[in-house]
Amino acid sequence: MIAVAFDAKSRLAAILFSIAAAVVLGGLVVGLTGANPISVYLEIAKGAVLGRGLDETLARSVPLVGMALAAAIALRAGLVNLGGDGQMLIGGLAAALVALYLPVPGAARAVLALAAAICAGGLYAWLAAILQLSLGIPFLIASLLFSYIARGLTSYLVRYPLRDPATGMPETYRVASGARLPAHILDLPVSMAMVIMTLVAVVIVVNDRSGVNGFEWRMTGLNARFAQYSGVDLSRQTQRVAFLSGALAGLVGALLILGQQYRFTDGALLAPGYTWSGLMAAVLAMASPIATIVTSVFFAALQVGGFSMERALGLPAVLTWVLQALIILCLAARPILFRKR
Amino acid sequence: MLNMLLSQVLDLMTPVLLAAMAGALCERAGVFNIALEGKMLVGAFVAVATSVAFGSPVLAVLSAVLCTAIFASPLALGGARLGGDPIVIGIGLNLLASGLTTYLLGAIFGVTGTLVDPAVTALPRFGVAALADVPVVGAILGHNVLVYLSWLLVLVFNIYLFRTPWGLRLRGIGEVPSAAAAMGANVSRYQTAIVVLAGGLCGLAGAQLALGSVALFAENMTAGRGWIAVVAVMLGRAHPLGIALACLGFGLADAVGLRLQGQGLPNQITDIAPYAITLLAMIGLGLRGMKKKMKSV
Repeated sequence: MIAVAFDAKSRLAAILFSIAAAVVLGGLVVGLTGANPISVYLEIAKGAVLGRGLDETLARSVPLVGMALAAAIALRAGLVNLGGDGQMLIGGLAAALVALYLPVPGAARAVLALAAAICAGGLYAWLAAILQLSLGIPFLIASLLFSYIARGLTSYLVRYPLRDPATGMPETYRVASGARLPAHILDLPVSMAMVIMTLVAVVIVVNDRSGVNGFEWRMTGLNARFAQYSGVDLSRQTQRVAFLSGALAGLVGALLILGQQYRFTDGALLAPGYTWSGLMAAVLAMASPIATIVTSVFFAALQVGGFSMERALGLPAVLTWVLQALIILCLAARPILFRKR
Repeated sequence: MLNMLLSQVLDLMTPVLLAAMAGALCERAGVFNIALEGKMLVGAFVAVATSVAFGSPVLAVLSAVLCTAIFASPLALGGARLGGDPIVIGIGLNLLASGLTTYLLGAIFGVTGTLVDPAVTALPRFGVAALADVPVVGAILGHNVLVYLSWLLVLVFNIYLFRTPWGLRLRGIGEVPSAAAAMGANVSRYQTAIVVLAGGLCGLAGAQLALGSVALFAENMTAGRGWIAVVAVMLGRAHPLGIALACLGFGLADAVGLRLQGQGLPNQITDIAPYAITLLAMIGLGLRGMKKKMKSV
């Protein structure tokens, strides 16, 4: 459906076309609100790479690549996972709980917290897959409804039973420093979260290119009936893909809690909109894992540039969100434009 | 007391009902429309922005309808006419709506979060003071024009879909497009028109959300109501009366949640209520469908 089999060249052409068209349309929006589009784009470009921009882009890429790959592996197998928010929240909460309350030494606590997040996020997505398989409730809808439920539930837990009364914010206690993920490994500007995410990304790319799983998923995404006829157990595969997609989202939640925020604050995981940016990056990349990594780093740079543009020109940084959505819409209109030739 | 609850239910269900009618028409025409959330948000923003500019509720509603219909055109053109993926376009439109309204809120009004303005007034309500305390009747009276319009639309669509040749053609297009095309129906023209019309309906839904009970615009104020409308279409099997029933259930869940919040239950829990109940309803329907299937085997 979404994982259309394009050759690499026409895929690249399509992506570049969409970006160019979105830049023009976004420029129109900026122009209509009385600002100069060229200086806006210049500020975004400068902010994404100059000064601290590159570091910030890199840091933002970690969760974004994670959520984008979570969306991509599902899309590849023909599942639209709109519940990334919920899976990330449940994973983040599981990680925070283990890191805060499990009585084992520091480093083991961090490892167990990551494992808990992976399981929790995965199971939460698996539940939605079960609803689709047994009761015919579309995964897209079930996962999204679960997201809203997770949002309310975690918000309640963090505000009442788990709250750290010492801060004025709705948040848990701080994770002890031993259970955190180091922000710098050997004094290099590389965080543990980056290393973990890189490993995950490599595994996903390798599996997609040369794993039997990867091939079967792709085949299902392209033509589920054909895949079933060729001997793929669709029900088992759907469950597995949903679990892995949710597990990755849960892992992202854990990496943010243990590597950056050090506590579960209500709303902090969702505020940057990683799930939706990631989904857009995956759609733009047509769910190819390597392309997804590239597009999500691009979106991370775009967002960092947007914040810098807001500081410099006072226009809302959410403009970059508009650009991302326009890119997707232009892409969705594109197959037609090309087919007509 | 009961009157107040019922009246609140009717107010709360209206935006969802209007959006769900839009979703149902698209569903019947064979276009899976998951952009209801975003279109509703655009409607709400345009209604409030127009109110700020002109201070006229009538103009606000009209421009919400018009602008949202235009906003829906990518789905109409891309999804219905040119064969793009309606799910991707839907996701794109939802995110565009969220980003664009927040951006314009900041760029035009210099506001983040919530836009309140003395020029923005709620739509006038039609109440008869003498009947306000009569059970049920009092609750049914005293709403604005959009609430009654939504009921009228349920009836009109019911007749349109099941009692007119145009409705029959529409259902045919949704069910077997190739057969409908062979019978001479212009499939893509029908679908385009319906998607644009549905956009207008979502504009009404947004206007009701922003100018019905409150008179303001808040970032992402739809808060998932468009998705509940998508579910209501499924629960009601794209049948106007069934959808109205589903929306009534949703309105009840929402109103009871608000009540419990007043009783001291944390609002994080009551916020879940509509989603949990929608999900439970889908599960219940799914279980019933499974039983039926087993019996027939």
